[in-house]
Amino acid sequence: MDDPQASLEPTKGNSALFKLNYPRIQIPLEITLWMLLASFAKIGFNMYHKITIWVPETCLLITLGLIVGSIMYFANEEPPAVHTNTVFFLYMLPPIVLESGYFIPIRHLFENIGTVVWFALVGTLWNSFGIGISLFAICQIDAFGVHDISLQENLLFASIISAVDPVAMLNLFEDVSVNEQLCIVVLGESIFSDVVTVVLYNMFNFQAKKEVVKATDVLLGIAEFLEVVFGGLIFGIVFGFVAAFTTRFTSKVREIEPLFIFMFSYLAYLIAELFSMSSVTAIVMCAITMKYYVEENVSQRSCTTLRHVIKMLASISETLIFFFLGIATITTEHEWNWGYILFTLLFAFVWRGLGVLVLTLIMNPFRTIPFTFQDQFALAYCGLRGAISFALAFTLPDFIGRKNLFVTTTIALILVTVFIQGITMRPLIGLINIRKTNRNLYTINAEIHCRLMDHTVAGIEDICGQYGHFYWKDKFMRFNDRILRKILIRDRRAESSILALYKKLELQNAMLILDVVSGDISAAPSIISLYEEKKSSSKPNKLLAVEVKKMHDILSKNMYKIRQQAVSFTSKHALPNDSQPREIVIRRHNSIRRSLQSHGFHRAVKTFFFLHVPDVQENMSEVVYPSRTPSPGPAPLSSPLREVPSVHDRGKSGRTRHGMSRTSSSYSDSHVPAPRRHSKSSTSDKNSAGNFREPHHKAEEPEQQQRPLSPPTAWAAEPKDNVTQHPLLRQPQWNPKKM
Amino acid sequence: MGASQTHSAYKYQDLMTKTGFSLEQIKNLHYRFRQLSENNETLSRENLENIKDLADNPIKKQIVEAFFDKRNQHQNEMGSFEEIGFEQFVMVMSHFRPPTPKMTEEEKLAMRKDKLHFLFNMHDSDNDGKITLEEYRKVVEELLSMSGDIEKDTARGIADAAMLEVASTNVPNMGPDDYYEGITFEHFEQMFKEVEMESRMHVRFLDVDTRTIHCGSSTS
Repeated sequence: MDDPQASLEPTKGNSALFKLNYPRIQIPLEITLWMLLASFAKIGFNMYHKITIWVPETCLLITLGLIVGSIMYFANEEPPAVHTNTVFFLYMLPPIVLESGYFIPIRHLFENIGTVVWFALVGTLWNSFGIGISLFAICQIDAFGVHDISLQENLLFASIISAVDPVAMLNLFEDVSVNEQLCIVVLGESIFSDVVTVVLYNMFNFQAKKEVVKATDVLLGIAEFLEVVFGGLIFGIVFGFVAAFTTRFTSKVREIEPLFIFMFSYLAYLIAELFSMSSVTAIVMCAITMKYYVEENVSQRSCTTLRHVIKMLASISETLIFFFLGIATITTEHEWNWGYILFTLLFAFVWRGLGVLVLTLIMNPFRTIPFTFQDQFALAYCGLRGAISFALAFTLPDFIGRKNLFVTTTIALILVTVFIQGITMRPLIGLINIRKTNRNLYTINAEIHCRLMDHTVAGIEDICGQYGHFYWKDKFMRFNDRILRKILIRDRRAESSILALYKKLELQNAMLILDVVSGDISAAPSIISLYEEKKSSSKPNKLLAVEVKKMHDILSKNMYKIRQQAVSFTSKHALPNDSQPREIVIRRHNSIRRSLQSHGFHRAVKTFFFLHVPDVQENMSEVVYPSRTPSPGPAPLSSPLREVPSVHDRGKSGRTRHGMSRTSSSYSDSHVPAPRRHSKSSTSDKNSAGNFREPHHKAEEPEQQQRPLSPPTAWAAEPKDNVTQHPLLRQPQWNPKKM
Repeated sequence: MGASQTHSAYKYQDLMTKTGFSLEQIKNLHYRFRQLSENNETLSRENLENIKDLADNPIKKQIVEAFFDKRNQHQNEMGSFEEIGFEQFVMVMSHFRPPTPKMTEEEKLAMRKDKLHFLFNMHDSDNDGKITLEEYRKVVEELLSMSGDIEKDTARGIADAAMLEVASTNVPNMGPDDYYEGITFEHFEQMFKEVEMESRMHVRFLDVDTRTIHCGSSTS
């Protein structure tokens, strides 16, 4: 409508105040809207827990895409060309592959590396060639009208549809607690088969241009294959080390630490592309190589950011791809050929099944835990096709005459496998009674004994002169400790996994506390100080029941949390964290509360390890807490204790936390200088591992009794940025905004 | 030569039934035994400790000790040998056989128990049937000893926490002044309830006669 004042050019249609410039923002807007739509759908989907159990998320995304596609079709709109070759290979594929590489559990991978590579490499090759050749045979039958497809084109097509994407299955396996060997083989297979597929695709693409294939071409192809894969490996490793090395120096620029990681990974990808090496291998190897060292060097926050962003990017990519799959199903021009499509489906199943059987037969004698028939069935059945197949089909060059047929067939295959296999997998897995996992509970004992067993077996192998797995692993670990860690990690102490686990426990516990926005008592980090304290109270070998109970609670909560973390490598759509922290905190509160009540003042005080109250008469002058007044003696403690009974009445919900916060903050009042001192030292040395040593030395000056506290509090959560308050102390002044 | 061949074959037969190794495996082990013992009949601790590769192993002492421990000989004896013969050597090695698919459930359980006993004996150096806090601490310290400068307190703390964990899972209702004496074998077993250790604790013994592959003198 015309605003008389504003229309300077009354002849133009629109008012000068309101200008719509849709074409300018069309593409970003549409992508954003799609992403939002898909994400909303995920939210909605996940509200219905029952559905998520039965239907994999990819089904949902595709369905959504189908719906939107139909709308677009009826509105006669063209979907934006998101899937050109460039866009897919340069923008959409790297995040997905980076995520797979980054979150793969390295130890399991290397323990099963032979099997994984065997299945991935040989299996994919087997599938490609098998399907390709049998399809070519079918093409010779005139009845189907496809005899113009050459062998090369068939092989090209077959290589596209051999890429499996069993990630949806991993979620399922995880839920059902299928044994780890199967999980890792499936995971590894998905990554490496992507590698193989992309390489084969490029190779066959090239070959397809030629009319005739000579023997030299085949040999050349094989040589090229090997060269490409190894080249990619080397690039990946080099970039991984460079990235790790760089992070050694980034302590002053914490905010952009994740950027380095991303840039180096992407650089690995691009440079490998530059030299026509396998960029997928490069980025996967880069991620695998650098993960271990990077996570030691960067701050906790950067680490979290890194993980979050990787997962997010991968999620975006995949969502977009599947979404687009749904849309493309409706909107592209299809060429339907019953014979070809049905036979493709048939051959895909048959060859995969055969492949798994034959490969396992050859592989099993070499495995320490052979694959049972149930394992094999699960492995064969979980061969879903996914994003990569679709994208590769869609980006086939146009000189392939039957491109539309290929696209249609690929889409059909994906839809069939995702929907039918995806949905029926769960009941089938339940029926076949597959071997479940014997996952350790990641208790300290289990960890200790696993290490013990490793060393024992390595020793026995040395004695009987027969080298196996453990020998190489041992050698590598030694090399790692001696050389690599010194170069790549800022703090150069060699570490044992028991220690690492222990530190992880402490750190996580502390982070847990940080995430909960209320007053808290952190109990875990001081497991050691508990014993120091016990020693000073002259009970060297007795483990008092009250402490036993508390330790049990704490340890079990910690273990629970660790287990959740360590085990979630399989969930692509979820982050390895998060689900039960509040529950754990609440339960811990309850246990502490209970012990407080049942054991009276002194015991309770003693069992509040980190408070270490007997030191109250100690020298507190060194430290000035910003808002704390050092209290003169045990007196203040009695008041919080009086509050405890009232806490008792409250329910086991979030309110408990508030109750505890009162007690805790008052406890904090009398809290000892020790943490403050250590946070001082922590600001100067931002690495908690490094802290472990330093405060110990610094603590030499003050009293003897302080020292026992230094190791644990130093370990626990020095947030490696400049927060000067001890993070374990929940103080009212704790400013969560401080980064 | 013929007489000694049949004699050794007879002895091997006996060992085969006792330990479950195949003939080839026993021959290989015998070769290795002779290599280690410098062609003597018995092996002493020094022979084992002189193995170069073993030097880097943090629990070298315990492993070597395990060979000389009478309890690992399945004969209900206690104490330790000064020197061991080939039979004892093989008996100890037999703890590390992998489970075969042909084993029955009882056999598998027996094997698991066997391996657990081996580990238990590694901890329990004073043969009293329990792993006390001191013993456990020692093991943890050794285990961490090669990993850089771990403070003694840390190792101790870890061992304490681990001990406590066992105590709390196995004896959950201890009274306020109860004394947890040590980890018994049952508690030890309990610790491993969820852990799949049969596959971790095994060595792939070669079936192939490696003598022909080795260049150098054959000793039989």
